[in-house]
Amino acid sequence: MRRIRLGVLGLLLVTAPAWVWNPYYVHILIMAGIFAILALSLNLLLGYTGQLSLGHAAFFGIGAYTSALLALRLHWPAWAGFMAAIVLAGIAGYGVGKVSLKLRGAYFVLVTISFAGVIYLVSVNWMELTNGPLGLPGVPPLEITILGLVDLSFRSKASYYYVVLTVASAAYLICHRLVHSRIGRAFVALRENEALAESVGINGTRYLVLAAVVSAAMAGAAGSLYAHYTRFVSPEVFLFSYTVTMVIMVVAGGKGTLAGPVVGAVLFTALPEALREATSWQWQMLLYGIFLILTVFFLPKGMVPTLETWLRERRASP
Amino acid sequence: MSLAVEELAVRFGGVAALADVSFEVEPGRITSMIGPNGAGKTTAFNVITGFLRPIRGRVLYEGEPLTGLRPFQVAERGIVRTFQKTNVFPLITVFDNVMIGLHLRERAGLLAILLGHRRVREEEATLASLADEILAFVGLSHRRNEAASALPYGEQRLLELAIALAAQPRLLLLDEPASGMNPAEKTTVMGLIRRIREQGVTILLVEHDMRLVMGISDQVIVLHHGRVIARGTPSEIQGDPQVIRAYLGGR
Repeated sequence: MRRIRLGVLGLLLVTAPAWVWNPYYVHILIMAGIFAILALSLNLLLGYTGQLSLGHAAFFGIGAYTSALLALRLHWPAWAGFMAAIVLAGIAGYGVGKVSLKLRGAYFVLVTISFAGVIYLVSVNWMELTNGPLGLPGVPPLEITILGLVDLSFRSKASYYYVVLTVASAAYLICHRLVHSRIGRAFVALRENEALAESVGINGTRYLVLAAVVSAAMAGAAGSLYAHYTRFVSPEVFLFSYTVTMVIMVVAGGKGTLAGPVVGAVLFTALPEALREATSWQWQMLLYGIFLILTVFFLPKGMVPTLETWLRERRASP
Repeated sequence: MSLAVEELAVRFGGVAALADVSFEVEPGRITSMIGPNGAGKTTAFNVITGFLRPIRGRVLYEGEPLTGLRPFQVAERGIVRTFQKTNVFPLITVFDNVMIGLHLRERAGLLAILLGHRRVREEEATLASLADEILAFVGLSHRRNEAASALPYGEQRLLELAIALAAQPRLLLLDEPASGMNPAEKTTVMGLIRRIREQGVTILLVEHDMRLVMGISDQVIVLHHGRVIARGTPSEIQGDPQVIRAYLGGR
């Protein structure tokens, strides 16, 4: 049963560009995929270790700028820039984690906010490197040459959709494997009861820093995908509103579950676009807010956990 | 000697929680620490397991100093504790609680986990059956898939014991394992502690229930106002005038 459902879902995702005729909808799917990677990465910290990163946009932005700058200034191939974006964002995550996770909790929140603020200021003011508020236009599209023989270009929306789908699936798989391993159990143990976790031999700081590194690296991957997709990077990628969107996706979808952030990402990427078509701009954010409040009010644990409980209870009492 | 505590002193502000405490725990035996409330028993536990730094003195385990180590490092040396206040991982299942306790027995590295290596899956399966064995040992198999917080109090205390056992202790420190339990549950816990000792685990126990303490201890240490005032076999302690005075007051 589970396999059939997974198969149907996989088939729908793989064939999407064929039956989603409108390129605008494909665009929404691509953005949903990029946000799904971000939400999955934030969920590793917020959902599993219980640490809130309110500067997650910084890792996303570092990934985007790394890819853009390496492509524009040093003419690196896009795949190499993608790898560098992951590594650099991961290093940034290590630094932030190492500084703040000894104290954890509120300190981690503050350090992540400040880090995002500082990185934003650097991107605005370091004109020579980042071109300041004007941003970096003309980021080349994703092109991969295999063995100097086959040239793959991902210029079209449909082809880029498959790139995002692949990376998002990989991010999901990484989260799945981590969560169902001793590492994921250590994350949860630290969230649930740190003293007890330490007393059975779990090195709290080490595992929290590890979570921060993996999380930041994944956000960096999303940033790189974003840069090569929109072909333009500006300091806006560091904005707090990106982080808030990620937190909404994780919390409304269901933090501490694997499917929750993905569901949240798809829904909260599509919702503003749907509202934009349905109503005028005055109503758009208002309706978005009302929807969000209703979600939190009626589904405080998030959509996926609530659905799981409902299904379990229905099965238990037919 | 398994554990040796030497001239330990801890102060909280102006209060001397431990003034000058020295005692030893012999391997393979059950040693109990008793004393009125505030005598410093839990403080001693916190120092031994790295949750608290003493201002003076040191703790040796099999000749190696423990003082200055962090709690997880103490656990790595085979010293595992339970807590006075009930302490489980509340929102996850009983089974997952014990799986977390198995942390130190797991070897899978990050790369192997990310690549989904076959050895990782095999290790998971081995550990899962081990966790089930431990749950059966403490008698919680029937609660396996329930959230830990949904368990009645007595069973949560048993779960704490299961988590500690999963960490494979050679020295087990139990902080009032039977507090708040009914007489039947207390008898169960006594039986479990004896069986754990029979498996070669050294036990240091803090407990207020004198029937339990006198029933299972090989050695008893009495703390009062941060000092050791008596030590000996249960029968020696029961007749010690100083101990009687500490508990009943008077001079």
